[in-house]
Amino acid sequence: MTRAIVIGASAGGVQALSSILTALPPHFACPILVVLHVPQRNDNLLVELLRARCLLEVKEAEDKEMLQQGTVYFAPPGYHLLLEKNMSIALSSDEPVNYSRPAIDVLFETAADALERDVTAIILTGANHDGAEGLRAIGAAGGTAIVQDPQTAEVATMPLAALAACPAAKAMSIDEIVLHLRQEAA
Amino acid sequence: MDAALVTSSIEDIEIQLLLEALYQHYHYDFRHYARASIKRRLLQARAQLGYGSISEIQAAVLRDSTLLPRLLDFLTVQVSEMFRDPSYFRALREKVIPHLHTYPSLKVWVAGCSNGEELYSLAILFHEEGLAKKTMFYATDINPTALKAAQAGVYSLDRIRLFTENHQASGGRSSLSDYYTANYGRAVFDKSLCSQVVFSDHSLVTDAAFAEMHLISCRNVLIYFDRELQDRAVGLFRDSLARRGFLGLGSKESLRFSSHADAFADFVREEKIYQRTGP
Ligand SMILES: C[S@@+](CC[C@H](N)C(=O)[O-])C[C@H]1O[C@@H](n2cnc3c(N)ncnc32)[C@H](O)[C@@H]1O
Repeated sequence: MTRAIVIGASAGGVQALSSILTALPPHFACPILVVLHVPQRNDNLLVELLRARCLLEVKEAEDKEMLQQGTVYFAPPGYHLLLEKNMSIALSSDEPVNYSRPAIDVLFETAADALERDVTAIILTGANHDGAEGLRAIGAAGGTAIVQDPQTAEVATMPLAALAACPAAKAMSIDEIVLHLRQEAA
Repeated sequence: MDAALVTSSIEDIEIQLLLEALYQHYHYDFRHYARASIKRRLLQARAQLGYGSISEIQAAVLRDSTLLPRLLDFLTVQVSEMFRDPSYFRALREKVIPHLHTYPSLKVWVAGCSNGEELYSLAILFHEEGLAKKTMFYATDINPTALKAAQAGVYSLDRIRLFTENHQASGGRSSLSDYYTANYGRAVFDKSLCSQVVFSDHSLVTDAAFAEMHLISCRNVLIYFDRELQDRAVGLFRDSLARRGFLGLGSKESLRFSSHADAFADFVREEKIYQRTGP
């Protein structure tokens, strides 16, 4: 059973993410952790924007807080977001990974380690390779790996890299992803 | 958390044993650091130092103390910049410094000073605000290589542009270039900035309070600790601060989960600057 959903997105990600998050019901039975690459030193206006439009609770992740169901946690700009085994959040100011901080790989690798089979990971549109290694780790630990269908992604590079690293991943359109999540944790 | 529900892979057991060995033999205590990031970095260490397993690192470091500094560089994260988060330094300048002017002499503790970027930022700030002469700085860290670098105050020139921008954004009253000389691709900061600085090995995990401070700046260190350890460190800050003294944390750190939160009041909430209240 999925105990957390982790999502990584880059170029084009705001649109894709908000399509998914606004389509999810309140009382969604899972916490959702998100790494979205935004230009450094941008205030996280996105969190405000999505908070207003989502039925789910949306917030910037805080160091050491325990995950709650039905809440979406965004990595703060400039910090990596890590998941601990006791389902709490850890932030870190370690070096960028794949030129990114936050990095999708860091979230996904720690989520795979913390939750093994009980995690669903999703790679959305993006113009780089971040998240590919992380998705491989998710797949290897027995978790569910999903990639936005490269044909439907605004930028296909990141989905393609993730599929190459994790051939077991399922490619889905945004609508299919929403359906899948609703079934998994309604 | 129910410990029995948490699965331990062989790697997790090996990590636990390595951290225990480092503590028993060298008194470096990483046992209560945030585990997910310690694990990531130890796996990097294993790959980059060319060991087959964490246990092999343990066997090697116990017998060969020359390996310790290299391992410490993986276990402690040395990421910093001068005037990092300029708005924090601007808030110190505008809101905290006026209070500090009222004291005849000052003590400032930069805990977890890394390679010195934060210390030099504060030293320059105090210089600009006319407080340098009456201020004693304590710059502490557990990583001896970092402490040495802090003492040397030499940074690569390609970082200076960022430092200069940050300094200006913090409300800098002078030019950063007044404080360093550039040569051979390196910026060497003025020794006079350090004339009243004590550099010292001190651990927030195992060591005690050592002086009464008016300002403690400890940024991006607590995030690497688990909650229990954060509590210990914050207790240490409480015990080290003069009444109405100030504590500055990193932009994503707070006293929210600390059992000592009562001993502090928000001073500049958005910048995580607190003031010691209570007894
Ligand atoms: C990410 S750096 C932060 C540097 C600087 N304060 C800043 O915010 O830019 C973290 C520092 O904490 C130090 N550190 C780690 N554990 C410590 C401990 N137990 N006591 C004191 N310093 C520690 C590390 O060696 C490292 O220099």
